[in-house]
Amino acid sequence: MAVTFSLPTVLARLADGQSTIEANGTTLGDVVAQIADRFPALAPRLRDPDGGPYPFVTFYLNDEDIRFQNGFATPVAEGDEITVVAAIAGG
Amino acid sequence: MTTLVAPELDRALRALPQTCRLCGAQYPPAPEAVCGECLGPLEPSYDPDRALPDAATISTRPHTLWRYREWLPFEGDPVLSLDSGFTPLVESPRLARALGVARLWLKNDAVSHPSLSFKDRVVASALNAARALGLETVGCASTGNLANAVAAQAARAGLSAWIFIPYDLELGKVVGTAVFGPRLVRVRGTYDDVNRLCAQAADRYGWGLVNINLRGYYGEGSKTVAFEICEQLGWRTPTAVVAPMAGGSLVTKLDKGFAEFVKAGLVSGPAPRLFGAQASGCAPIVRLVESGGDQLEPVVPDTIARSIAIGNPADGRFAAEAIRRTGGWVAAVPDPEIVAGIRLLAETSGIFTETAGGATVAGALTLARAGRLRPDDEVVLCITGNGLKTVEALQGALPESPVIAPRLRELEALYGRDL
Repeated sequence: MAVTFSLPTVLARLADGQSTIEANGTTLGDVVAQIADRFPALAPRLRDPDGGPYPFVTFYLNDEDIRFQNGFATPVAEGDEITVVAAIAGG
Repeated sequence: MTTLVAPELDRALRALPQTCRLCGAQYPPAPEAVCGECLGPLEPSYDPDRALPDAATISTRPHTLWRYREWLPFEGDPVLSLDSGFTPLVESPRLARALGVARLWLKNDAVSHPSLSFKDRVVASALNAARALGLETVGCASTGNLANAVAAQAARAGLSAWIFIPYDLELGKVVGTAVFGPRLVRVRGTYDDVNRLCAQAADRYGWGLVNINLRGYYGEGSKTVAFEICEQLGWRTPTAVVAPMAGGSLVTKLDKGFAEFVKAGLVSGPAPRLFGAQASGCAPIVRLVESGGDQLEPVVPDTIARSIAIGNPADGRFAAEAIRRTGGWVAAVPDPEIVAGIRLLAETSGIFTETAGGATVAGALTLARAGRLRPDDEVVLCITGNGLKTVEALQGALPESPVIAPRLRELEALYGRDL
């Protein structure tokens, strides 16, 4: 499944300056793994040492926080948009 | 001819550099809140050797939050929002009796200047950071009180403001923002959806969104609640402080503020135990503390307490850590108890608070009944916002007021037996 993966500036610096990346996979975890392979400097910012997302990095599949779905195991569909947001604020 | 200015006489406003709270990486002053190394939150870096004032010196300064400027994230003199802070600390013996504690005070930010909530403090700090960093446009994602504060203070400062709120906020908070003339955008979604949009907007447009990319500077303003409590108690600490929790920042900064004054030798007594209250319909920090874990589980909010309806609190982990470390605890209260808390505060103390304050009072009652607040405790409740902003919460909760003709016999028919 071809999807679009959007990064904030702080992470795009580690992806050759690209804030939008085309990638493939059947789950979000597949997509993240593919992007991590393509941009090794970005890899440790997307996944913790156990391979999961960090508390300070939120992944949205289309408009839904993946923590309300199945995390990195959430399936992705053709044309999905994945957005990474670092350090959600609040208050 | 060149004019030389000695460093100690150069009072131009400058924002402090920042340090990552998680990995310690250091950054020059900038509208950035995220560490490029580990994505942790950035916090201002204070010079540990800076000169600090004593209590007598602070006491001579104007009654605003800037009397504590050595603990705020700037060098030089602030230039905006110079008159926020130093709200009343009101003792309430009747509420103390209701809770069964020795003494109780209300830190009354319901009368904060200029926008009637504690958000005036954080915005005062953030807007000075915006000015120091050369930003012309500010903004925020807000559950209401922050929107009011940013809109009001930006208008006064002559800054452009973009304010993003959930589309269905209480009318008082919408009007209390729109009147100041910002670009007010109502977003279909929860606060957490608004927050995501703002994080992306800050990233794309370079605006100074106070609780996003200015967050490190913004949050420090909340410490002044702790500073004022200490000074207004006569340079001593209470034994317990109860605060509402939304993003978790206030509890985190209360912890930091009390610790800084203890370290500076300005107060007698140890730092207080910190307690946090949330609505049962949005209690991710309460659940984190109760579970004893370290991973916060976000929730979809469902409560009348809109100002604390944040399902994905950025500082939740830090707030939980501060509560555990200080020996405090948490309480989640259902909506009817929040309304009852608003009424109890009004009827015992003469203060009309919004739903977050109702949650604080109701949470304090719950904590007292559970023995978490003790009979010998000296307690401060943080009343963070004004009840006139959320009158919808009281619809149907108060007795109907009779309507009569202007004739004495109609009054006597109503109240005759009591006259």
